Amino acid sequence: MANLIQNRRVETDSWQRLELGADGALPPVPADGDVIVPLALWKARRDALAARSGKTGVWLNSNEGPETIVGDLARLPLVAINFPTIADGRGLSTARLLRERHGYTGEIRAIGTVIKDLLLGMHRCGFDSFLLRDDQEPEDALRAFDELADAYQASVIEKQPLFRRRLTGAS
Amino acid sequence: MSLYIYDEIDQRVVDQRVAQYRDQTQRFLAGKLSEEEFRPLRLRNGLYVQRYAPMLRVAIPYGILSSKQLRKLAHIARKYDRDYGHFSTRQNIQYNWPKLEEVPDILAELATVQMHAIQTSGNCIRNITADHFGGVARDEIVDSFVWCEIIRQWSTFHPEFNWLPRKFKIAVNGASVDRAATHVHDIGLHAVRDDKGEIGFRVVIGGGLGRTPIVGPVVREFLPWQHLLTYLEAALRVYNRHGRRDNIYKARIKILVKETGLEKFRAEVETEWAQLKDGPNTLVAEEVRRVEARFTRPAYAALPENDQALTERLATDTAFRNWHQRNVFPHKVPGYAAVTLSLKKNGIPPGDATSAQMDAVADLADRFSFGELRVSHEQNLILADVRKSDLSAVWEEAKQLGLATPNIGLLTNIICCPGGDFCSLANAKSIPVALAIQERFDNLDYLHDIGELDLNISGCINACGHHHVGHIGILGVDKNSEEWYQIQVGGNQGETRKGEIRPGVAYPGAALGKVLGPSFARAEVPDVIEDLINCYLERRDSDAERFIDVVHRIGIEPFKEAVYGKPDSKSPRRNRQLATA
Repeated sequence: MANLIQNRRVETDSWQRLELGADGALPPVPADGDVIVPLALWKARRDALAARSGKTGVWLNSNEGPETIVGDLARLPLVAINFPTIADGRGLSTARLLRERHGYTGEIRAIGTVIKDLLLGMHRCGFDSFLLRDDQEPEDALRAFDELADAYQASVIEKQPLFRRRLTGAS
Repeated sequence: MSLYIYDEIDQRVVDQRVAQYRDQTQRFLAGKLSEEEFRPLRLRNGLYVQRYAPMLRVAIPYGILSSKQLRKLAHIARKYDRDYGHFSTRQNIQYNWPKLEEVPDILAELATVQMHAIQTSGNCIRNITADHFGGVARDEIVDSFVWCEIIRQWSTFHPEFNWLPRKFKIAVNGASVDRAATHVHDIGLHAVRDDKGEIGFRVVIGGGLGRTPIVGPVVREFLPWQHLLTYLEAALRVYNRHGRRDNIYKARIKILVKETGLEKFRAEVETEWAQLKDGPNTLVAEEVRRVEARFTRPAYAALPENDQALTERLATDTAFRNWHQRNVFPHKVPGYAAVTLSLKKNGIPPGDATSAQMDAVADLADRFSFGELRVSHEQNLILADVRKSDLSAVWEEAKQLGLATPNIGLLTNIICCPGGDFCSLANAKSIPVALAIQERFDNLDYLHDIGELDLNISGCINACGHHHVGHIGILGVDKNSEEWYQIQVGGNQGETRKGEIRPGVAYPGAALGKVLGPSFARAEVPDVIEDLINCYLERRDSDAERFIDVVHRIGIEPFKEAVYGKPDSKSPRRNRQLATA
């Protein structure tokens, strides 16, 4: 796959994402390889998953907040957050809380409706990898990170709001 | 203090936004962005696709403009539109006929005068609105503009709050009288001072108009200024995470506050705030001073409070006196006054101004008001710093321009949305109704006799014309694909009217109007308004008792009877209404 952006580079994706069945049934888990599992699967089988040889990450839907996994963060190298539509911004708060309140340092990946126009805001909220939707052009999407050089607010990537940076001459 | 001057970072933000939006437009035109996904992106830059053409909404942050900016707005109207613009109820200007592919060029022109269309639409934090007499009103407690600018910067491209459940409107009021309708905003902030003179904010959350009109409750009585941004972050985060996204009509924060319950909502915000309080977003005095210092300051002359020639003309010239009584507002600096230029001349859609008028007003601002002016949420333009000795000259020139209608605060100062003539959301036209009412109440003596009265018209339930808070509110509704008009009385936007400001005197708070009964055909509306006015005139104690005071004193029943007749009467209008109800 050539549509993963990680640390502002186009990268190959090693992770396989699992989804619940249409009836909510838990999917089978492959024996090897890195998998990103839905929250329900993680909750049901977390010890078995953690014992696999491959790595295990969890993906949250937009209505699943950070409180659903705070106790497990130390065991999770990756948390993915789904954006079902361009308009659903809940995952932005989730990512920010994971980073700023719960001190999560693993990979936070945006999945779902991940398009060029959302990348910069996601990045500022703590996402560091972006699984672009299939129709996106990765090289063009990379330009999004530099579209707006300045941000007034404090964010995950800039701990001080502009007004404090201005005062210290750091901007 | 009134106009904020960008520094190089502020300028780069708007310049880069132009380039970003140009890229989005080009990708859309090249078929690389779907209509569905371009829509929320263009909305974040104020571009709607309307009934006949796109509509571009340009931000006028908290309603302040320089003459140079107004000339640019005139230029854009002339070059890219049909030679006029529409000043909206949210202190913005709207162009009704731009070409989608030319919008990036318009934005580039705006950026040259420190203007933009950022977040003037879409489900994000919108343009901050304020009391239009900030900085000049005698009842001012705090200059609200500095705080508006601090909030504007904080809210511009806020990474976490750019995809909220629904639009989010913040208003700031800095005077004892609420001229910013803070109780009908998602968040209303009243700048106040505590016993020690420290500035803080009374925080109202969850007011709003639209389908579910609610007078917002006070969520915090006093928020010290240092904590303004952390508290806003907390409130917005609670809303972003928990506001409803399943139903567009239940997605505003007012519904979250209502469904959660005020106490629980307040506790959720306070809990979130406890985590953010005293963090990096805590404001510091140096920043407030920095922002203050970037505002222009009128160089007021030391003038006597009264001007002899003005006093004489007021004593002898009735027409001038009428205008002065309605359109001139007292100023806190001796010898100055604020002048409202009415965009509510009979026969002109409320809030519309031609390019030529805009240029002429810019000239007036340069000559008489330090090159600055303001846009009020009542859709008029204001010269805020006019010498009393210049009022005669300003009046003469404003008359020539058709901007001296002495109707501020009166029935024909109608607040009106663009309605079905332009807006694709509208159920009914609103401008022709406004024009018909203005025509009916054409007689100035009669109008002045009726006294202070807010008449607001919305073409649909979205309530852009603020009909719920008009003393008389008119709402366009659709019944079997026909336009009908529902009429309500008793609303109040929460300000006492112009005239003497009485410090310490409680003002009647914001109130929502009550619907009179079945709705009317468009042609009937002026008659109904006349019935309401006659009912009021018959029942008022004296001409000091305003329409709204009478409604609050006697209730709406007498007004219902005046319009529909007594329940047992054979009034033709009542019969017709019953037949169509």
